[in-house]
Amino acid sequence: MRCDFADSLLQGYFDGELSGRRTAEFERHLRHCDHCGTELVDLELLRDQLQLAQIYEPATASLRRRINAALYPTAPATAASQPLLWHWLAAAAALFFLALLLGRVGPRFDGDDYQAELAGEIVDAHVRSLQPGHLSGIASHDARVVKGWLDEKGTFAVPVRDFADDGFALKGGRVDVIEGRAVAVLVYERSGRPINVFMWPTRERDSPPRTGSRQSFQWVDWRKDKMEFCAVSDGSPVDLEQLRQLINSFA
Amino acid sequence: MNDLDAEDRARFEQLVLPHVDAAFNLARWLLRRRTDAEDVAQEALLRACRFFSGFHGGDARAWLLQIVRNTCYSWLEKNRPLELSTEFDEELHLQACATPETLAIAADDRKRLMLALETLPPRFREILVLRELEGCSYKEIATITSIPVGTVMSSLSRARRQLYSALTNSSQGACP
Repeated sequence: MRCDFADSLLQGYFDGELSGRRTAEFERHLRHCDHCGTELVDLELLRDQLQLAQIYEPATASLRRRINAALYPTAPATAASQPLLWHWLAAAAALFFLALLLGRVGPRFDGDDYQAELAGEIVDAHVRSLQPGHLSGIASHDARVVKGWLDEKGTFAVPVRDFADDGFALKGGRVDVIEGRAVAVLVYERSGRPINVFMWPTRERDSPPRTGSRQSFQWVDWRKDKMEFCAVSDGSPVDLEQLRQLINSFA
Repeated sequence: MNDLDAEDRARFEQLVLPHVDAAFNLARWLLRRRTDAEDVAQEALLRACRFFSGFHGGDARAWLLQIVRNTCYSWLEKNRPLELSTEFDEELHLQACATPETLAIAADDRKRLMLALETLPPRFREILVLRELEGCSYKEIATITSIPVGTVMSSLSRARRQLYSALTNSSQGACP
């Protein structure tokens, strides 16, 4: 026998969309309705199947390139008068991402094609980053100012902290778009050398640090609480690991 | 993109471009063919860019997905009108599961699930994709699909039941 609640409250309850009062009401009902109990189990099974099958299909790198090309029909190659620091950081960011992504093989893609596509993507990003108006940043050692600026620009909350007492002085922050994704970047200074910390939301679970080096850049990449971090510099890997631990203790 | 000034362009990049994955995924499930979905997703992004000056903040993903959805339906109307005309005919689609050979043949669970989802009418398919794959709230789904929140709940119920029975039937190899 079907239950009157099955079509309405049951779905809302399952999806966590009911108010507290309605939730309590439904839970009272659930105690003596076998039909709804069984339906809930079926709904769980269905959701598990959908999750396990991993059928979400993200955009390919070539689609992102097509979209970028359509959005920017003429890409002027001339650099505008931007503050030098941000230019340098943009170039470093692009090179770094090239290095990082070349070192990665996507699980669902044929390795070589995927890498070739990504390489093109990053070079495009590099060219775009030189265009006027693309790149913006804030130079400040005040974590609240930098966080306020990033929160206003970005679509996700960025953990910002100054670690000057530990030898990593906050110099500022900026946003960038890599592969169509908004990426927040914090800039620290250690012994006169800049360290970029990239961060962006991820669906993946936490992961321990992975390190590497490319073209004289050192990098460490890790994930924590649905956020992926990647710190890069041309300094010592020991410094990067120290900064990683500082960030992880607060992120 | 030339229509937007530098500030709007930066906003577009920060607010809208991060949702390209969501745009493609929705188009892919509505149109069922990746090549079509890529064309339509690209067109939707261009439209979003053109209309961006009319976006006054709020949920950028829902705003973009609304455009993607509209673009997909316009495309279907023009290129595959039959798919839309059978959209509300649930009996027909329940009948469709009476020939689940394709489902049964797909031994792999993932393929089975994908095929089952593709047999649902677009209206049910999109609501499942938005809820289960994209993690949208009822309110977001209501915005994207232009239906009341109450209808979201009842549509989800029917969509889930259909998917569930399509899967059950395919694993048993026959419809009851």
